[in-house]
Amino acid sequence: MTTTMRPRPGAVRPYEFPAVHRSVLANGVRVLVAPMPRLPLITVLALVDTGASRERPGEEGVAALTARTLTEGAAGLDGAALAARLEGLGTAIITEAEWDSSIAQFTATTDRIEAAFTLFAEVVRAPAFPARDVQRLRDERLAEITQQLAEPRGLADERFDGFLFSPAARYARAAAGTTHAVRGLDRDRVAAFHALTYRPASTTLVFVGDITSARAQKLAEAGFEGWGTSIGSGPPIAPVDAVRHAGRRTIVVAKVAAAQSELRVGHLGVPRAHPEYLTIVVMNAILGGLFSSRINLNLREKNAFTYGASSLFDWRRGAGPFVVSTAVKSDVSGRAVQEILAEIERMRDAPPTASELELATEYLAGVFPIRYESTAAVAAALARATIFGLGDEWFREYRQRIRAVTAAGVHAAARTHLDPAGVLVLAVGDPSVIDVPLRNAGIGDLTVVTADADPTEVPK
Amino acid sequence: MVKAMHLPVDEYRLSNGLHVVLSEDHATPVVAVNLWYHVGSANERAGRTGFAHLFEHMLFQGSAQVAANEHFELVQRAGGTCNGSTWLDRTNYHETLPAHQLEIALWLEADRMARLLPAMTQAKLDTQRDVVKNERRWSVDNQPYGTWWERLPALCFPESHPFHHSLIGSMEDLSAASLEDVAEFFRTYYTPDNAVLTIAGDFAAVEARAMVERHFGAIPRGTGHPPLGPTEVDDDFGEWRRAEVPDAVAAPRLFLAFRVPPAGTEPWYVASLLGAVLGTGDGSLLARTLVREQAMATAATAFTFDLTKGSDLLVLDVTGRPEVSGRLLEAAVVAVVDHLIETGVDTAAMDRARALIETSWMVSLQSATTRADRLSQFATYHGRAARVNEEMKRYAGLTPLALTTFARARLTPRHRASLLFVPSGAR
Repeated sequence: MTTTMRPRPGAVRPYEFPAVHRSVLANGVRVLVAPMPRLPLITVLALVDTGASRERPGEEGVAALTARTLTEGAAGLDGAALAARLEGLGTAIITEAEWDSSIAQFTATTDRIEAAFTLFAEVVRAPAFPARDVQRLRDERLAEITQQLAEPRGLADERFDGFLFSPAARYARAAAGTTHAVRGLDRDRVAAFHALTYRPASTTLVFVGDITSARAQKLAEAGFEGWGTSIGSGPPIAPVDAVRHAGRRTIVVAKVAAAQSELRVGHLGVPRAHPEYLTIVVMNAILGGLFSSRINLNLREKNAFTYGASSLFDWRRGAGPFVVSTAVKSDVSGRAVQEILAEIERMRDAPPTASELELATEYLAGVFPIRYESTAAVAAALARATIFGLGDEWFREYRQRIRAVTAAGVHAAARTHLDPAGVLVLAVGDPSVIDVPLRNAGIGDLTVVTADADPTEVPK
Repeated sequence: MVKAMHLPVDEYRLSNGLHVVLSEDHATPVVAVNLWYHVGSANERAGRTGFAHLFEHMLFQGSAQVAANEHFELVQRAGGTCNGSTWLDRTNYHETLPAHQLEIALWLEADRMARLLPAMTQAKLDTQRDVVKNERRWSVDNQPYGTWWERLPALCFPESHPFHHSLIGSMEDLSAASLEDVAEFFRTYYTPDNAVLTIAGDFAAVEARAMVERHFGAIPRGTGHPPLGPTEVDDDFGEWRRAEVPDAVAAPRLFLAFRVPPAGTEPWYVASLLGAVLGTGDGSLLARTLVREQAMATAATAFTFDLTKGSDLLVLDVTGRPEVSGRLLEAAVVAVVDHLIETGVDTAAMDRARALIETSWMVSLQSATTRADRLSQFATYHGRAARVNEEMKRYAGLTPLALTTFARARLTPRHRASLLFVPSGAR
């Protein structure tokens, strides 16, 4: 059979990120509207500049519990009635709190937006927080923590942060809180956190979809203008990102008879506001961010140690972790860590090839429009941009700035921001199988801990 | 409800039998290419469980003009994403790219449909076999409740049934797979007349048709494949089937399954909507009763497997609080089902479920990747991609009486199979 020539691309077609209209209500609530009229759908998102990083010591998890209980009653309806009313409109209000933000959002068809928005405004501004439901959702969080002890992936992520950061740093504890602190949460603490941090001046409303800025403005005013003015400035961000100590060390979290080892290798990363953000993103894509990255091709396609391996910088206002994650056959745990460390070293040794750089930058620039096909994805991007203080030009310039990253820049970023000598290696696996391979891998001191050992209470 | 969603659909066949579906839409300069092969784990022969999925991995190991792993590299270099997935009765492959990169995806898919075997080697097979074994460890063996998705079909379909055996496969059968198996499977099932090619998004139809003909037109038709084993089963299990599995988990979890009519048939939509009444959203019967009111469970959902041959499965999936026993959890779930049978479905409950289905359908179709996949799905299973535009109409015509009648006929004790995971005490 005849073969065909490898085709060349056609003419590039223009893409513009949806234009954003901005306004501010009299009480300080900011309003962003991004029309995407393709389908009769609208996503509405309320972003509040509060999250786990603004919690006081001892009440870790209150931001998450507050977000989770927003929908448990408002506008004279209890949680069940509220859910029934919204779901009858074909929608649901989704809420979550992360390190730097708390978000409530829903997506509805255009004909149902007014009815759903009226309830939404009450949920964000004046939730009832019934004591029984606060307690129920607190208990669900406690159940989630218990279940996590049996789930190796989530356990590895959480324990990595726990052993990386100083016990005094907020990032050492799960964003949704640990058992000790969550047990102490109740209706009063949740209501107090809401009163203190859900304020007009810390709130941004985002409308994306088949909506004009005039219609969005009218909705925003009707729902939020009566929300009193802000008093004070809200709580400051807690110390979040202090680390324990530099130098390589290995922690094995014991899971007897584990079918595999969950591995995490990494160290402190950098804050999102770092001026070299895009260069670091490209560097990470080459190292472990893509399927075609060095770490994945090495561990999966060359050595067949794993189904997949990847690296990431966890972007937060404070410095989040840089971590390589994979799950490998237990008996190759030591060799897998050595290969990961070798790839981190290699990234520092020399600039990437032109081909590697082009693969990463063309991928990141190319998938940009693919990422933003949905109203919810655009709303989430505008929320992130707001939290991290990115201006309108960010989305306009993103692709050209990605393509402007150079091999020398990537090399410099690797030398500055990768630290193979200071990595924490954490494995969730069967110590009877992986202890010796990890000790023999020459990675540093090794400590075995039980799955339920709380790193913030273990001296290390 | 706002105006019905309507996807443009232009479908035709090449002379070699390839079913081509084009859905042109210029809202954003993105194009999705999607290929469904009508083969899955159900087509595996005895002793080769997991082979259809292992074969899917081999399709990324290169073809005559493409090096190993170059498929991913070329797509990513073009600014796109790609992947594949294997299901009981189909395997799909997809690429989503900037619009001007359409042809590279067509060329990559055509090269491996036409010329896969020259690139296949023992070393590649050995590597992918180990990758898949690690995938099994990761997604099944080392995950709490991870074995559910091989235990549940095994519980619900008889041993000789094509849907009975494990999709990911046993370690033993994966070890036994050979290069000859790869060649035979390829020649038998990876033929244009056993495939659907969909292009959705920003392209020009005339150009796309020419590209499809250029790359796929000369690929020869297959010589047919053995029929799937018999898929017909009774509506019920004779008596309630129960399996209890002690596992390294912290909380009990129940999968309560029912055989329901094949996906896409008229009564299937009744089962699907009834599933949403029971398990979609916080306001569903299961979530409201077990999570909110009784505070016994932390999560409660319902889903179907979407099987189009013989019988589909409707599954209620409820995770208990750690302090609740498995037996108590099962009794509580069953009480919700029994109560539904007794009192019937009211209009508000049905309207709630249908409104959620309608919104999530529209939300999902914003993505070119999803549009292409749905079009391939309808073309593969029902012979006509354009049926996608009738999907919401099929739900719209249903009545509470139809749901109640179905529940009373098909959710009774002899129609139930429970797979109950309970904490074993091991961590």
